[in-house]
Amino acid sequence: MKLIIKNLGLTRASQAIVSDISFKLQAGEALIVTGENGSGKSTTLRGIAGLLPLNAGSVKLLDETGKQFEGEMREYCHYLGHQNGMKPALTVRENLDFWQKFCGNADMTIEEALDEVDLAHTIDLPFSYLSAGMKRRVSIARLLVSDRPIWIVDEPTAGLDAHSVKMFTNLCKAFCAGGGILIAATHLPLGIETEKTLEIGR
Amino acid sequence: MFALLKREILLSIRAGGGALTGVLFFLAVVSVFPFAVGPDTKLLTHLAPAVLWIGALLASLLGLDRLFAQEREDGSLDLLVMQPHPLAITIFIKAIAHWLMTGLPLVLATPLFGIMLNLSPLGIGATMITLLAGTPAIAFIGTVGAAVSVKLPRGGMLISVLVLPLVIPILIFGVAAITGALEDPAPFTSPFLFVCAITLFTSVIGPLAASVMLRHSAD
Repeated sequence: MKLIIKNLGLTRASQAIVSDISFKLQAGEALIVTGENGSGKSTTLRGIAGLLPLNAGSVKLLDETGKQFEGEMREYCHYLGHQNGMKPALTVRENLDFWQKFCGNADMTIEEALDEVDLAHTIDLPFSYLSAGMKRRVSIARLLVSDRPIWIVDEPTAGLDAHSVKMFTNLCKAFCAGGGILIAATHLPLGIETEKTLEIGR
Repeated sequence: MFALLKREILLSIRAGGGALTGVLFFLAVVSVFPFAVGPDTKLLTHLAPAVLWIGALLASLLGLDRLFAQEREDGSLDLLVMQPHPLAITIFIKAIAHWLMTGLPLVLATPLFGIMLNLSPLGIGATMITLLAGTPAIAFIGTVGAAVSVKLPRGGMLISVLVLPLVIPILIFGVAAITGALEDPAPFTSPFLFVCAITLFTSVIGPLAASVMLRHSAD
């Protein structure tokens, strides 16, 4: 699997935010996107995830034989944005169960995924009862319950304590070791051997 | 997709009052009406189908603005949009769930409100059937309004303005069908079939239009 981004250009409200972003990622590689606040990290990630229309350039996902994947890029991605995408009125189990069924490709069970983020004890609590950091960890568990070859994560460690950041780093390492492609906007180096960086500047 | 239906229904039960708000609004419209018209039962009976339909129609508009706005606020909308399922199907299911939790209670409450308006059992039956066939269309058309106003903080008013003109035909045919059932020369079947046709038509067009709208309103 290979992800090729060529000359990506994105605009918001007819104002160019980023332009000419190009990079290639092989299976197992990670890309850390850095840049100042407001430099367009989130915009870039959303563009790659197919949530924003591209103004210029292309996003291509190729398999080993160089053939392009069928369907849209977004269908192969897990996206973790600034918000968690969980319903406060539902329990942690109900939230994860929904996303697992809705996203398909079930991977870990909900119990296993929550174990990975040290939240097994919260499984039957309403999502609204959790603290900000715990909510973030539940949404990280969402990435684990269904299998997608690409993770696009935007400030994934916001609100996490040092221990949880380490736990997330380990999850990312395991994901890349398993042949996944990770694109993360973060200020912390994740310490993955196959890590590339992209600095978005003005 | 069944998972989505289950989640929507659970949410509307947990969040509380979704169904009840509509029914209470319906009750408010229907119960205030006789006070305004006066104690003329004949006139009330004559107006009852129209009042019931208007009440149900306005009650159905409540809560439509939250259909996508809420999903957008907690970030779920991005994830719903990203999945391989056709977005129109996702929206269709959301509309069905919305109708089950807000529209269906209105239909079920109709007999009680029909009695309040001195409507005959036949009239009540006809009202229930036309509402059952017609109110889903309001939810389907409402998805378009909800998609248009998804980014607006106070989208409710805009939705009413956008959706009301489009649901007028359903109101016309719905009331015409009830009148047809109660009074002899007028037909019941043809206006009723029009109501069914509009619902089927909007069940396709509505979610499709809303999905195009949602894809293009990404930010």
